[in-house]
Amino acid sequence: MKAFVDAAMPQLVVVPILLPLAAAAFMLLFDESRRPWKAVVNVAATIVGLLVAVALLTWTSRHEGIAAIGVHLPGNWHVPFGIVLVADRLAALMLVLTGIVGLASMLFSLARWHRSGVHYHTLFQIQLMGVNGAFLTGDLFNLFVFFEVMLAASYGLLLHGSGSVRVRAGLKYIAFNLLASSLFLVGVALLYGITGTLNFADMAQRVPHVPAADRGLLHAGAAILAIAFLAKAATWPLSFWLAPAYSAAAAPVAAAFVILSKVGMYAVLRLWPLLVSAEAGTALQFGADALVCGGLATLAFGMVAMLASQQLRRLAAYSLVISSGTMLAAIGIGGANLIGGALYYLMGSTLASCALFLLVELIERAREMEPLPPLRADQTDHLPFYLEQSENVDGEAVDDRALIGRAIPAATAFLGLGFAACALMIAGFPPLAGFLAKFAMLTAALDPAPGPGDSIDAGRWALLGLLLVSGLLVTIALSRAGVRHFWLPQSSPPPRLRVIECAPIAALIVGCAVLTVRAEPMLRYARATAEGLIAPANYITAVLAATPKPGPNRAGR
Amino acid sequence: MMELVIAVAIGILGGSGVWLVLRPRTFQVIMGLALLAYAVNLFIFSMGSLSVGEEPIIKPGVPPDLLNYTDPMPQALVLTAIVISFATTALFLVVLLASRGLTDSDHVDGREEEP
Repeated sequence: MKAFVDAAMPQLVVVPILLPLAAAAFMLLFDESRRPWKAVVNVAATIVGLLVAVALLTWTSRHEGIAAIGVHLPGNWHVPFGIVLVADRLAALMLVLTGIVGLASMLFSLARWHRSGVHYHTLFQIQLMGVNGAFLTGDLFNLFVFFEVMLAASYGLLLHGSGSVRVRAGLKYIAFNLLASSLFLVGVALLYGITGTLNFADMAQRVPHVPAADRGLLHAGAAILAIAFLAKAATWPLSFWLAPAYSAAAAPVAAAFVILSKVGMYAVLRLWPLLVSAEAGTALQFGADALVCGGLATLAFGMVAMLASQQLRRLAAYSLVISSGTMLAAIGIGGANLIGGALYYLMGSTLASCALFLLVELIERAREMEPLPPLRADQTDHLPFYLEQSENVDGEAVDDRALIGRAIPAATAFLGLGFAACALMIAGFPPLAGFLAKFAMLTAALDPAPGPGDSIDAGRWALLGLLLVSGLLVTIALSRAGVRHFWLPQSSPPPRLRVIECAPIAALIVGCAVLTVRAEPMLRYARATAEGLIAPANYITAVLAATPKPGPNRAGR
Repeated sequence: MMELVIAVAIGILGGSGVWLVLRPRTFQVIMGLALLAYAVNLFIFSMGSLSVGEEPIIKPGVPPDLLNYTDPMPQALVLTAIVISFATTALFLVVLLASRGLTDSDHVDGREEEP
């Protein structure tokens, strides 16, 4: 296996893009009456994609330094001129996360959601292609193209299942993303106009030589580009679109969208150190304060919004906002240990949010089958949903006799335990990986490494405080929701769950457990990734050193 | 002079686009998005430095800088950008029509504002 991966290596980088494209194109040939076959193709392509991503991950972790960066030239042109795909530790990690999230939501949708609209499988593969491409590409314009591929597929997927709620949410989601794409293009054009290149590595080399007169334009371009990425990563105040869109989407679609907000974060994580760390002198920390403040504001907004949410879907959506805020603040503060901890946190929170979106669907479906609580005569005004439920149990009217000694139905137990595991992961409580990740980040934030400035030190303390407070508020919000959904006496029969729906959720939670048990190697990998990001010399050298393969004609001559 | 005209044109297109995008009717929003896309495309185009009668071919004996030849790259980029923005705007149009059909209203919220 190792030898095979090593032999296939530079070419293996392009597989995560070509495979979903080929699968999507193949599925387009058949109409919807062949949906079972499409499902088979889709599952097979997703599994193979995940295996390739795991192979890339093990390859990058086996090698050190420059050798750990796989560079593929799809057009076989010299580097700054042709396009380039780069698989380093960060890209491989994100590919694996994409594969896991994609496979889980894919399997979940096979129970019923994939039947509620046309071309679900095709759009799903195209979205995987866009996400994988965005993680692998090494130049700015291809990043834009893959963003658009991913977004175009996500527009279709968001509308999957139709209904006026989805169409209304989709309308705003599309309009917002079109605006963000315009900003993206303006940023790309400005950076190209100043540096004369689109290749990340080449640009990082040229940025220090930009004349002082053009610095303002350079910063404006970088800032405009960053706004486009931050909008995608749901940074406050550009996060208003996330909760309506994600809570309107069908459950497996929302679960697959979990990775979408990570793409914006990935772009910041990739580009910001490349462009900024190469800059010498005064502009060394350009944008750091903005990132830290934006991240902290997002974190604060996310936790307050979570506390205010009455719907489970919105809780799940705001858990993504919290995760974005934590990551961005950690990126802005910097330091290999802190970013490494944040990357480990990213792995755990991605899996947990995905599982939560899937669980919410099952929990809500269980509720839909229950008869509505009888309204009392004096209860004319409309109380919020949860209060209506708890009105029902005021006093001692409920017979708690019957509850004693009765076994909990397996389905309810599964939902409850799964929800508890997700809540522990997202809130960051022991014994799961969320706690370890927060612990790693807090340790790194308290680490008395030489801080570049006062504001950053204030940022460290603010991150410390907000991480602790957010843990508390998230626990309150999630346990309140859990109590209302699982501890209220239910007269209805337990929900019926299918294996194909439970298996992905169970697998995601097992994934969280594996992250916990194997925390040490995972954290080491995350730290190595962060070191590679902060000191991108290896990345730049590896990309610029890539040489095209001689063609058959030239060899024959 | 040419730079000034292009800059004013981009400014007018962009300004009108932003104003229209912020309007409450879906048709106004889509027109605004289209105008913004034009503004952005012109902007990318102008990033290759505006020149008249230059070739994108490096001639021997002439230094290869923007004074002597024109940069073909932004034109390739702008082609891609035009295609993508055109396609996504068309998709938005479909969603707009679906929303109009489902809600019987062309307001972006799907219902008229309270007077």
